[in-house]
Amino acid sequence: MVTEIGRIAALFSEACVWLVRPPWRMRQFFKQMEFVGVRSLFVVCLTALFTGMVLALQTYYAFRLFSAESLVGATVALSMTRELGPVITALMVTGRAGSAIAAEIGTMRVTEQVDALTVMAINPVQYLVSPRLLAGFLMLPLLTVVSDLVGILGGYLIGVKALGINSGIFMNKIYELLTLDDIYEGLYKAAVFGVILTLVGCYKGFYTYGGAEGVGRATTEAVVLSSVLILASDYVMTALMM
Amino acid sequence: MQPIIELKNIHKRFGEHEVLKGLDIAIRPGMVSVIIGGSGGGKSVLLKHVIGLLKPDEGQVFVEGQDTVPLPERELTEIRKKFGLLFQGAALFDSMTVEENVAFPLVEHTGLNASEIGRIVAQKLASVGLSGHGAKLPSELSGGMRKRVGLARAVALDPKIVLFDEPTSGLDPVMGANINDLILRTRDEFGATCVVISHDIRATFAIADEIFMLYDGRIIASGTPEEIKNSADPVVQQFIQGKAEGPIRIS
Repeated sequence: MVTEIGRIAALFSEACVWLVRPPWRMRQFFKQMEFVGVRSLFVVCLTALFTGMVLALQTYYAFRLFSAESLVGATVALSMTRELGPVITALMVTGRAGSAIAAEIGTMRVTEQVDALTVMAINPVQYLVSPRLLAGFLMLPLLTVVSDLVGILGGYLIGVKALGINSGIFMNKIYELLTLDDIYEGLYKAAVFGVILTLVGCYKGFYTYGGAEGVGRATTEAVVLSSVLILASDYVMTALMM
Repeated sequence: MQPIIELKNIHKRFGEHEVLKGLDIAIRPGMVSVIIGGSGGGKSVLLKHVIGLLKPDEGQVFVEGQDTVPLPERELTEIRKKFGLLFQGAALFDSMTVEENVAFPLVEHTGLNASEIGRIVAQKLASVGLSGHGAKLPSELSGGMRKRVGLARAVALDPKIVLFDEPTSGLDPVMGANINDLILRTRDEFGATCVVISHDIRATFAIADEIFMLYDGRIIASGTPEEIKNSADPVVQQFIQGKAEGPIRIS
């Protein structure tokens, strides 16, 4: 456990050092931005849409008990931007990209491709880890913006179109109660989640051993550890930012 | 002749298991040196010490007279540019085509433009008999072809020293002979020092200028193929004759 934390910290600091030191690998970086970000867009939209929809449905039934249906829109908006947008995005990207990062680097490790990089005088952390870390850090907030928007849209569809809340009241309450700080808070979290899920994926891949079985284990562990760390750090950050 | 690589009193243990127990070896330049020894006997570990992938618990590794053990990773990187290494499983980057694999060290370490790199890649692929396969992915190649691509990549920068980890294992005899030819040509055409790890006795006697026998964590015998053949050491004799009975313990 202690060695594991130490190794993750060492990998993180080395990757950060390589971010400010040339050569910068723009091609790798853009490739990873596309992989982590662009190709996660569809699944992030889909999950955000359903999350927003179910949120509207649940709050409507609860709020109706004390005639507060007008607050459904604001509740959906606040929940999405402050909490569910970043967290659900991070969990989906973990499942999609975090696992793939662990599997790819893990396979490279067990087939000696990582050693081959070292032997060819290329630092594997600089080549493999730094671009992924930066891509996660930058793309998760962007995905979260989309996720927030689509989630609120989902809430609007259910609240206004299906449950018959007045559209003006729905939107007005959002403008009234949602502040930019709520959105920023979610985006800060998302950036941290982006670092966590790429770092854990890289770390598990980097220390893979034991052939195909090892790659499978690394992938599973990467997803589980990332998810736990995302939810735990989410609580800590929320508490700190209150 | 001044050795180009010299390992002195190398000790290395993994957990409880001591793999190298005070190993000494000196490799002379411009020759094919073959290190033979049983599976799991530390041959690959020895090779990884030469190129700095592993650090010894004790001892010194000299490359062209410079002790590489205390060097930080950054300076090791410079030392590694003198080496080419053919991995046992070729270790090709499977996200890249054959051409991109061979071009990789050139792109990374030379300021050459794309057309010059293309020319060198084509020439290296031709020298291993793989012209016209450049656009394929490693997964589309047979084991022997992958090894040859690995060799083309290893010699892309015309390194002074080329290391071969079990170059003929898992190949049919004809392909094995082909690879052996390539090793000799690497020595003759590029003037490179070749260090080969092998347990293929026939191939060893076919290509070696000098043979080293690794046993129980030490080099127990060294010499020309003739000298090794006539060695009085029972371990050496058992190994090169491939007998089941003898002093070698199977652990």
